[in-house]
Amino acid sequence: MTTETDSMNTQAGDATEGKLTTPFAGGLAENRAHSVDMADETTKIEVRDLELYYGNDRTLKNINLLIPEKKVTAFIGPSGCGKSTLLRCFNRMNDLVDTCRITGQIILDGKNIYDRDVDVAELRRSVGMVFQKPNPFPKSIYENVAYGLRLQGVHGKRDLDEVVERSLRAAALWDEVKDRLNDNAFGMSGGQQQRLVIARAIAIEPEVILLDEPASALDPISTAKVEELIYELKEQYTIVIVTHNMQQAARVSDYTAFMYLGDLVEFDHTEAIFTNPALKQTEDYITGRYG
Amino acid sequence: MRAWFKSGTPWVWLNAGAVAVCMIMVVGLIGLIAVRGFGHFWPSSVAEVEIVDRDGSRRLVLGELVRSQTVTAAVARDAGNYVPEDTAQITRYLFKEGNRDQTGRDFVWHTEVGMQPFRYPDNAFVIERREWGNFYGYPLHLTSAGETIPATDVRFWNTLQTATARSIKLHDEIEAIERRRIGRINTDMERLRLDKRSLELREVSGAERVIEETRIAERSRELEIEYQALRQELDLLYKSTFRDTLRMLTDSGDEVDISLAMVVRVTAPNTLSVIDKAGEYLVRLWEFLTHDPREANTEGGIFPAIFGTVTMVFVMSIMVTPFGILAAIYLREYAKQNLMTRIIRISVYNLAGVPSIVYGVFGLGFFVYFLGGSIDQMFYEAKLPAPTFGTPGLFWASLTLALLTLPIVIVSTEEGLARIPSTIRQGSLALGATKAETLWKVVVPLATPAMMTGLILAIARAAGEVAPLMLVGVVKLAPTLPVDGIFPYIHLERKIMHLGFHIYDVGFQSPNVEAARPLVYATALVLVFLIVALNLTAISIRNRLRERYRSASD
Repeated sequence: MTTETDSMNTQAGDATEGKLTTPFAGGLAENRAHSVDMADETTKIEVRDLELYYGNDRTLKNINLLIPEKKVTAFIGPSGCGKSTLLRCFNRMNDLVDTCRITGQIILDGKNIYDRDVDVAELRRSVGMVFQKPNPFPKSIYENVAYGLRLQGVHGKRDLDEVVERSLRAAALWDEVKDRLNDNAFGMSGGQQQRLVIARAIAIEPEVILLDEPASALDPISTAKVEELIYELKEQYTIVIVTHNMQQAARVSDYTAFMYLGDLVEFDHTEAIFTNPALKQTEDYITGRYG
Repeated sequence: MRAWFKSGTPWVWLNAGAVAVCMIMVVGLIGLIAVRGFGHFWPSSVAEVEIVDRDGSRRLVLGELVRSQTVTAAVARDAGNYVPEDTAQITRYLFKEGNRDQTGRDFVWHTEVGMQPFRYPDNAFVIERREWGNFYGYPLHLTSAGETIPATDVRFWNTLQTATARSIKLHDEIEAIERRRIGRINTDMERLRLDKRSLELREVSGAERVIEETRIAERSRELEIEYQALRQELDLLYKSTFRDTLRMLTDSGDEVDISLAMVVRVTAPNTLSVIDKAGEYLVRLWEFLTHDPREANTEGGIFPAIFGTVTMVFVMSIMVTPFGILAAIYLREYAKQNLMTRIIRISVYNLAGVPSIVYGVFGLGFFVYFLGGSIDQMFYEAKLPAPTFGTPGLFWASLTLALLTLPIVIVSTEEGLARIPSTIRQGSLALGATKAETLWKVVVPLATPAMMTGLILAIARAAGEVAPLMLVGVVKLAPTLPVDGIFPYIHLERKIMHLGFHIYDVGFQSPNVEAARPLVYATALVLVFLIVALNLTAISIRNRLRERYRSASD
């Protein structure tokens, strides 16, 4: 893996003031003119000239993007467009793939996460992730939530109890499981498991939560619960969500990025994307003409 | 017809047929071993029959009928029997006549020619002896504590049983003294001898040497006194065991005195009811499982062999599990998956196909002579030239089998690790766990059922293996068990007995084939049950683990 570390001293406040323009250098020509009004937002993550290769395939092409703090940003696009790959760049999950190579920068709170001196485990503690399929550990419900804390060396029973309860409440799961915290997590329904995994992620108090199609394996009722939860969580956390479901993106997100074949085609307020997309390509996708 | 083929019915029949054939073979095998082996312990009746001997004389035969067979007249004539001219076929009977010390042969064939009907007299006794096998005969009188009680006396049977029980108890006491207390004194003496030798080896001199030598001399004097006391105690006990004598009449009319010190059990099987026989059966079976062998392994029990097999399998499991699991984790989780890893993996897999005797030769050459020899040089110098670890023993046998079963454990562990869904690993990594934390807290626990599967297969393979063991530590008759009350309690350097080798030894190296035959079956059945029991234990542990991680791999 190659990491470019040309600018170590990116200012945290760079993108905080004024009307910012997000350049779409790698996309279609007409994108460049498009700009997004993000005047009221604080930037949490800035993606600069990001390119990602799997072997010789260029999977992400020159991505530039600002992700606002304590808002929900959705990535939409057809299968294979690179939205999950991009999401996985934010907590360096792509490091696990041997053939993966990245150039460019992802700046989280003023620090390029691909710098050599970044502790990946540390990074992942502040950028939590929830996967498409619920993946609880083969442990009790309690131990699942406490797992991240135990890793950090928290062992006091009282501290753990408190965090477990708080996290499960935050994930709207407490009332359903409070009487069976010591049961195996595999005994829960899919929807409960997914909320448990979210509770597990917020137990270690990350700043950013990445959700990779968190509801795609769930039934409509569980999906509704997870969406409700996302809505509540943005009070405290910066959320980035990848979804196939455009209604879901429209319901839960504040900003939406449309990706296509490794390009970031359009990025705007969700309302703008769904009601008045700047590009024909985006409109075609949203109206279901392809994808 | 074509429709029938298309319907798939022939396939179902074919598959079901294959299952049926397997079942028949397994049940048949176990059944045969079970009937032949465990039938041996059933107290059979003692027949008395008048036969015509080879020289034409009539005589009485007393013994158990083992089996009969029909042979052609020519075969019987070749064997030296008299067969009338007009008969084409003849039935002959194999009798277990016992009394090996009197007649020299305890199993004898008699043809039906001139044979009178069988009788089952109540006063036919079977005496199981510590030497010379069974004695068959009629009781005359018992001399117990100076008093002579004739067989016709009403007190005879009860007095005989009491006296027998007494002599068995005395015998156990003697054995306990010889094994435990004298054994301990011998161990201490040996240790003193080694201390003295190491003084010489280390070339200690001056005051230290004097002090040490005085200590050794004093201690050996103490031990000598202790030994003399025990010796006297033993002499008394020995004398006491020879107090009672039973006078018996053999089928050939000789009178024989049998000291009760030599007797294990006296029965009159023709007087026993079925329930009595069942009780007797259980007692004999229990003895078979819990006693030491006698008479070149053709009599007595197989306890040391059971114990040796189990101990060896345990020691093997303790060694193979950590090695196999660590190797598999490295190969699967840490090593780069390149050509080198592939070569290593293929080599490991192929080790499973190497004939086991090759492992035996390797074990003998590398483990026993090289490693064991080096250990002796380093730690047991005082004992040389008598080897401690430089000779076949339990540890080397276990280590050789551990090597033999290593590929099995590695392969199953690797498969188990490969089956853990990557989402679970990623879940842990995404919470800020390092790779090692993820491995030890999530992945390895999930793979434990697979590791247990590997261990189960390894145990099944190891418990039944004989060929390499003959080279690296299993013997026909081990004087002591590998675990006892003398420090350090587990003696890894000792030689052991093993059920598989016991089968081979009793079946094919025994001087008394007929006596050994049922024991071969019985031992084989015990070995099969033992392996099943070991497997069931491991399987139940695995299932419990699986239950815990139920749907993780869904």
